[in-house]
Amino acid sequence: MQESAISLAINLITSRDADLFEIIALSLRVSLVAVFISLIFGLLIGASLATSRFPGRQVLSILVNALMSLPPVVVGLLVYLCLSRSGPMGWLGLLYTPTAMIIAQTVLITPLVAALSRQVIEDLFLEYKEQFQSLQLSKSQQINALLWDSRYSLLTVALAGLGRSLSEVGAVIIVGGNIDHLTRVMTTAIALETSKGNLPLALALGLILLCMALLINALLATLNFSAKRQAYA
Amino acid sequence: MHYWQRLTSVQNGKLMLRPFSKGQQRSFPGFVHDDQMGSERLCHQLRRTQLSINSVSFNTGTTELLRNVNLSLSASGITAIMGFNGAGKSVLLKIMHGILQPTSGQVLWDQHPSDQEHRLSQAMVFQKPVLLRRSTQANIDFVLKQRNTKNPKLRNELLSRVGLLAKARQPARLLSGGEQQRLTLARALACSPSVLFLDEATASLDPASTAIIERIVSEQANLGTKIIMVTHDAAQAARLAQQIVFMDSGTVVEQSCSNSFFNGPQSAAARAYLEGRIYKSDTHEQEQ
Repeated sequence: MQESAISLAINLITSRDADLFEIIALSLRVSLVAVFISLIFGLLIGASLATSRFPGRQVLSILVNALMSLPPVVVGLLVYLCLSRSGPMGWLGLLYTPTAMIIAQTVLITPLVAALSRQVIEDLFLEYKEQFQSLQLSKSQQINALLWDSRYSLLTVALAGLGRSLSEVGAVIIVGGNIDHLTRVMTTAIALETSKGNLPLALALGLILLCMALLINALLATLNFSAKRQAYA
Repeated sequence: MHYWQRLTSVQNGKLMLRPFSKGQQRSFPGFVHDDQMGSERLCHQLRRTQLSINSVSFNTGTTELLRNVNLSLSASGITAIMGFNGAGKSVLLKIMHGILQPTSGQVLWDQHPSDQEHRLSQAMVFQKPVLLRRSTQANIDFVLKQRNTKNPKLRNELLSRVGLLAKARQPARLLSGGEQQRLTLARALACSPSVLFLDEATASLDPASTAIIERIVSEQANLGTKIIMVTHDAAQAARLAQQIVFMDSGTVVEQSCSNSFFNGPQSAAARAYLEGRIYKSDTHEQEQ
């Protein structure tokens, strides 16, 4: 089965299977957009938690950490309830669209980005804190400097978010519905082919997904390494 | 007639000033108030900086680090704060600079509590260099940009002054310990400080790096910047400082001019310190 899966995967790629490339493109689009939005919110939350001292900060940090392990199906269900016709955002008509999948993935990834970035930024903040106080930097100037100086570590955070996003299936299948040519992504296609008993195709899709994740990680790691080596430590 | 001016370059150890535009006058509190527009002048603020510390105490909840400190420092020259480990020197320095707030008491600059504008005209160099994860020149640019005085020429002149121009594009964190400390000094000077705090800035440096930093500090003091430094190096204090403040167990036990202090310290603690003897004050004995 393994051999046939590998040869099937190679065949699908070399024959430039239109359905396959459509699924790959949608997977990447949904994941990258979700990661991008999550980075905006997650970094803001992480940086604020790392640099601010207010009552309840510790509780909030624990909550954000706990949300890292949010069950995807629960998130999918909550987003489904919000976007369904009778839900508070039903009038938007987003259910079973890629946008709904992006929303679900953003909800899933944001706590992950916030928690991991908080740790990275807090470590750096403790090092810079007195210097910042001495220079009389405003909160926004501090956060900007911290984000910039920890950008290479934060790239790893973004990768973790992308990894979770690409491999996610529970939430996107609930809010996306796995509709062919509309909301079918790699993971939902694998789930479908497995349920149909079409294991070679499922395995082939899985191999392609693995290769995609490996390629993206290798690309970013190379970029990270060369940027660090060139100018910064 | 008075003009607002700003530091634009350093030439032969003198700092060059240019008038601020109206917008810059408002946005850059670290101003220079001068009566000669466009002339070559001293580089820092001419504003007086008499420091008075009135009954300042500081505790961490469980430990009292400063006890009823009273101190008055002149507006110019170099003052060295000396004392045994744990005497409260660094804490006092941070309270003067506003990084720590005293538990009780007041720190007054020119009879007024320190405000943000005044603190922008101060700078501090820490014992352990804290450098941004950027290039050497970017560390200077960061401060100049924050003070609305970003100027590559000025940055290069500051780097040249501390002997780091050739390493301007190198990652700051890959510099040697001495070079890193010189960079933090250049970054502090980029603030055009009227008061410069040094917290054991040469404690872990070799003699050559120490000599460079001492030279720059002396030059800066001659330009009118008030220098307040914490040091354990008695020889350094004797070389640089005009005034010595000696602390023991969270209090100031002696304040005198440098010659008097080194020729005849008044307190038993200072005598023991200079003779290299272990000294136990009453407070220490009580605590033990």
